[in-house]
Amino acid sequence: MKSIIRFIPLILFILLGVLLYRGLFLNPQSMPSAMIGKPLPDFTLPRLQATNNEQVGRDDLKGDIVLLNVWATWCIQCKYEHPYLLNIARDSRIKLYGLNFTDERNAALSWLKQYQDPYVFSIFDEQGALGLDIGVFGAPETFVIDHTGIIRKRFAGPINDMVWKKEFLPLIEIIEAEMAEGTS
Amino acid sequence: MIPELGHFALIIGLAFALCLSIVPLIGVAQNNQQLINSARPLSFGLFLFVGISICLLAYSFTVDDFSVKYIAGHSNSLLPYYFKISAVWGGHEGSMLFWVFALTGWTFAVSIFSKQLEKEFVARVLAIMGMIAVGFILFTLLTSNPFERLLPNFPMEGRDLNPLLQDIGLIIHPPMLYMGYVGFSVAFAFAIAALMAGKMDAAWARWSRPWTVAAWSFLSVGIALGSWWAYYELGWGGWWFWDPVENVSFMPWLAGTALIHALAVTEQRNTFKHWTLLLAIFTFSLNLLGAFLVRSGVITSVHSFAVDPGRGMYLLVLLAIAVGGSLTLYAIRAANVSSPSRFTLYSRENAILIAMSILVTATVTILLGTLYPLIIDAMGMGKISVGAPYFNAVFIPMMIALFLFMGIGPLIRWKKARKGELSKHLNKISVFSVVFGAAWPFLFAGEFSFSAFVGMSLGCWIVLAVVKDIINNAKQADGSWKFSAVPLNHIGMAVAHAGIAVTVIGVTMVSTYEKEINVKMSPGESVNLSGYTIEFDGTKNVLGPNYSAIQGQINVSLDGEFVTLLTPEQRTYKVQSMGMTEAGIHTTLLRDIYVALGDPLGKDSWSMRLYYKPFIVWIWMGGFFMAIGGFLAILSKRYRKRVLLKEQKIQQANPSVLQEA
Repeated sequence: MKSIIRFIPLILFILLGVLLYRGLFLNPQSMPSAMIGKPLPDFTLPRLQATNNEQVGRDDLKGDIVLLNVWATWCIQCKYEHPYLLNIARDSRIKLYGLNFTDERNAALSWLKQYQDPYVFSIFDEQGALGLDIGVFGAPETFVIDHTGIIRKRFAGPINDMVWKKEFLPLIEIIEAEMAEGTS
Repeated sequence: MIPELGHFALIIGLAFALCLSIVPLIGVAQNNQQLINSARPLSFGLFLFVGISICLLAYSFTVDDFSVKYIAGHSNSLLPYYFKISAVWGGHEGSMLFWVFALTGWTFAVSIFSKQLEKEFVARVLAIMGMIAVGFILFTLLTSNPFERLLPNFPMEGRDLNPLLQDIGLIIHPPMLYMGYVGFSVAFAFAIAALMAGKMDAAWARWSRPWTVAAWSFLSVGIALGSWWAYYELGWGGWWFWDPVENVSFMPWLAGTALIHALAVTEQRNTFKHWTLLLAIFTFSLNLLGAFLVRSGVITSVHSFAVDPGRGMYLLVLLAIAVGGSLTLYAIRAANVSSPSRFTLYSRENAILIAMSILVTATVTILLGTLYPLIIDAMGMGKISVGAPYFNAVFIPMMIALFLFMGIGPLIRWKKARKGELSKHLNKISVFSVVFGAAWPFLFAGEFSFSAFVGMSLGCWIVLAVVKDIINNAKQADGSWKFSAVPLNHIGMAVAHAGIAVTVIGVTMVSTYEKEINVKMSPGESVNLSGYTIEFDGTKNVLGPNYSAIQGQINVSLDGEFVTLLTPEQRTYKVQSMGMTEAGIHTTLLRDIYVALGDPLGKDSWSMRLYYKPFIVWIWMGGFFMAIGGFLAILSKRYRKRVLLKEQKIQQANPSVLQEA
């Protein structure tokens, strides 16, 4: 019996090893492919800045190309990407919305006050309901939704100049081309 | 040519490592003295050639050889020379080479400073260090070669070192951290060698103690520097973020802290051997696991290195061999380990046992928090993340319990406390600590604060306990005082414990009383920050070696008296055209004034973040105290050759002496 006990650390380690092995084949920066190509699910959630419990839904995310950025005050990487978000919010081709994810309202509001608000508005998802629907696993994450309301991309991790140029700009150009085709 | 020589030197190093991991073990098996003796020269050869290799890489950096891919990616001709050298460990490939270099340095040090040990034992230890070196040199050569060339079309100019890393903190922080990580491989090698030899006595614990304490001290400094760097360089005024990369450095530190204490008990009381063995393996495994997590891209982090599944797979195999192998060895051989436990409920053994259990639980909790997103993901249950709220909620209560036992541990006897002894020692200091903690918030801020009360009481409690312990030890039988009679390792322990208290006080004060204001300021305007007047005098343009910057001129005064001029900067680095915030900080022992320039808001006015951070420097000072304590303990006479030999003789003559030590 005692000799079996001595194998417990080894067994625990093997379990951990299996987990890590599986982890190697999961890309934390890619989204479960199921959501890409599907429309953004509808939702009814309060607007973060609302004082009168105003609710917003899918149709309030106006704009041809919508970027939905998942953020929270507990997320240090969000701080890292925040200055860059302020930058891309000036890009007239896109509309940047925030999804404040499992956060406290007061903390989130004072964050936006302190570090400036790059978003048209932020959705206040206290329970992570919308986050669950679209498969958010952490913050920061950014979704690209095209003019027809279809989710085109999900990017996990902070956005910086390199990521923006490599991951987002090409897709934005593709969507613009599709829009031009659609109207012509 | 030079980079090829460096590459070649590393390959020769690999050959030495291979020999080192095989030849001495054959020698031990065949009882061939010549082969056993080869361990030392082989260690030297390994160290020499890896050293040549890293020096050649550093040289290539200083001469701007951009035909080397790693240098083209991490340097630039405009970079000041000291950053060119620190860029050697500024990226994945170079930092792996540095890791290997540190490992061979420790191996060489073990071979020099182990003359008093049995030759067979040293041969085994060095052979295991050699195996670890084989694993990491192969990893560097196969997946992360810093000498890879960009031929024939190489760039004329490098892409520059990430501006965040162009900083004094990044010159010294990674080397300290790696020295710590790698240093624990010595404790691991000692544990494995002891398992192989089937010889796990107090002497083994004594040999491995100074090495473990040294590694722990380096790691303490490394973590403190990393936290300090994040504080002043990221411009957010925060000092700990529970980021995965921070966690993987913190977990070995916690486990290593438990290991130091287990070793102390094993050496002095000849018990807790299973704890020591498993903790040595556990601590080393956490280092490997950290390397895997950070460098494989399994988890996301701000600090992540380039992601490459090949590297992840290699490191996972390495992890499986090293940890799986050692745990198998443990499972098979540990039955021979006799670890008699003869202590009662009220004893130092028990206090340390509880402290170790808390430390291990805390480590596992952080491990779970770090891996949880991965676990959920791997089980196909979706994707989630764990943030600072989780870590704070579980970690802080555990630390409070730990600090309570930290006060008791040094004051209680081994084996069995005498009746009434504990209350005699503890009554006064516990009452004083509670009163001090309760009074402090009123004295400092004029109103009660529960977190300040708890934190300050615990800090005071830890300090008083070690002070009392030193006094008890200095008191002679005739009632006189003799501080020189207190052994150095004891003083080291007291300093390290006091270091924890200093950090606890810093953390408590900062998190309770910090102030942050965000303002828009035009030249000539001033605001009040916790009694200080902060006046904005406009901006200047300044030029650095490889950047240009807008520098804010900020006068800080207190009650009309000038305190300092702060010059926070918004830098633009030329090559990466990346913006960087350089905070202006004025530090005193009691508070930091921290100013970061935000964005320009129209005509000459700027948004600004101002922080008042009381006692924040204490957080890192504590880390340095811990390291100083560690090094004092290493210098203790008890680890010197003559004393060891003498005691071994006594022990042979009379084995029971050890039990009373």
